[in-house]
Amino acid sequence: MNITELQKHANEVRKGIVRSVHSAKSGHPGGSLSAADVFTYLYFEEMNIDPENPKDPDRDRFVLSKGHCAPGLYSVLAERGYFPKEDLLTLRHIGSYLQGHPDMKHIPGVDMSSGSLGQGVSAAVGMALAGKIDKKDYTVYCLLGDGEIEEGQVWEASMFASAKKLDNLVLIIDNNNLQIDGTVEEVNSPYPIDEKFAAFGMNVITVDDGNDFAQLAEAFKQAEDSEGCPTAIILKTVKGKGVSFMENQVGWHGTAPNDEQYEIAMKELEEAGEALCQK
Amino acid sequence: MSEVKKIATRVSYGDALKEIAAENPDIVVLDADLAAATKTGTFKKAYPDRFFDCGIAECNMAGIAAGLAASGKIPFMSSFAMFAAGRAYEQVRNSIGYPHLNVKIGATHAGISVGEDGATHQCLEDLALMRVIPGMVVMNPSDDIEAKAAVRAAVEHDGPVYIRFGRLAVPVINDRPDYKFEIGKGVILKDGRDLTIVVSGLPVAAALEAADMLAADGIDARVINIHTIKPLDTELLAKAAAETGKIFTVEEHNVIGGLGSAVAEAVAETVPVPVHRIGIYDQFGESGPAVELLEKYGLDGKGIYSQIKDGLR
Repeated sequence: MNITELQKHANEVRKGIVRSVHSAKSGHPGGSLSAADVFTYLYFEEMNIDPENPKDPDRDRFVLSKGHCAPGLYSVLAERGYFPKEDLLTLRHIGSYLQGHPDMKHIPGVDMSSGSLGQGVSAAVGMALAGKIDKKDYTVYCLLGDGEIEEGQVWEASMFASAKKLDNLVLIIDNNNLQIDGTVEEVNSPYPIDEKFAAFGMNVITVDDGNDFAQLAEAFKQAEDSEGCPTAIILKTVKGKGVSFMENQVGWHGTAPNDEQYEIAMKELEEAGEALCQK
Repeated sequence: MSEVKKIATRVSYGDALKEIAAENPDIVVLDADLAAATKTGTFKKAYPDRFFDCGIAECNMAGIAAGLAASGKIPFMSSFAMFAAGRAYEQVRNSIGYPHLNVKIGATHAGISVGEDGATHQCLEDLALMRVIPGMVVMNPSDDIEAKAAVRAAVEHDGPVYIRFGRLAVPVINDRPDYKFEIGKGVILKDGRDLTIVVSGLPVAAALEAADMLAADGIDARVINIHTIKPLDTELLAKAAAETGKIFTVEEHNVIGGLGSAVAEAVAETVPVPVHRIGIYDQFGESGPAVELLEKYGLDGKGIYSQIKDGLR
């Protein structure tokens, strides 16, 4: 798929995020938007998956360890055809299968329930281990937040993944530099992130613009070449990317737009979409 | 009861894993640097390719078990009860319980009978912690035979299971041809009309001794072994409450939250009768030889007998 097509899908994913969070009147748009491009790249380009057969034992897996960015995951799953896009408007509503955090029991395409930070990555490691035991050649992708890696369990999981040479595991760190209480440096700096994952025995790839598909493509290509150790891709991204007033604003970590803000956001995304169609 | 065979249920656990793994290739075992103590080492020796040491990182082990189960394996994750149910509690709840994954938690070294290691390692809360997780089956076998049967039942059950094992060698009491194990079914070990002793896990043998002592005083005690704390055999308990009145529960666990609480809750809703809980009275344990600790905390035959006598006054 060419870059313009990927950008179009990513723009649709962003619309789905804004619509669902607005409808829910709660949720996490900031980190969903920063990761919208990598979600799109994974589900439209990178992963070996089939929306018609979401439980295929040979499929690639994706674990959203930063589970609060469920609106991003749900939006890309809907865009990819796992369930109807109109269902996104039921996000967080009573009786909806689209729970506030990913629920593998009820949502087609969700490979692991997550939400409590630091836990998804261990499950991803377990899936990669199962792949090795069964001599299958699937890859497990796991997206973490840069604040999330303050959790000790992330490093327990990294140590194990490295020790067991799980080269079928790709961790992706969404380094948008913001967490609830401020910048990641202000709160409890995880930097240097690259050196930490390298010290834990990983093949580390840093992407200067994690919202750029050409750079994402290059990084995932490099990850495929990794042998004998897991990969950590650090994506430098912009939190809230694509909605001007949400960009780099910590306040949009876990706040829904009101009706007026929703209209502005959707107008921006519509215009971005039209611009992509002119390309 | 002089020459009774004694086996620690952790030993039974390791033996059962090895035996059942021969029949079921999906079984894999995880440990957190305690394979020699939890006896998963027995499995490791037989199936080194299906054993994974996670090192001293129980929370990660719980998550890895979840990922393995989500990929079709039947993982047994093992550590001491304190760390499997305590340290990794939230991982067990959120990564295993919430998605109802097919993970089996083999928790050894439960209770004060850990002995010399003392309070930090003597888990007295695990049954309480595990039984409040929706969908979690909680088993507490009393001897070698029941422990092996529990492991087999756990493999056959689809969903998360917690099984509690002990460090101390305990008498084999279920060695009889008609022995049957069914998840959620209590077992009447001795019939009686005057009162019912409901007991689980390690103190079952001692409770039978106490029943004998009561018999010498002319008190006819029924003894029910509850090897499954959840789902609880409420029918059997209601029947006992109706037929014998008073219930005494006996457990090597805090009297808050474990067997005693579960039984009290059950009969309160069915046939309300007085329930007297025998166990550890909301305190931490301490160092000492296991047998002496069980005596000190009233969980030997004599201790149970005298607490029941007090309760009857």
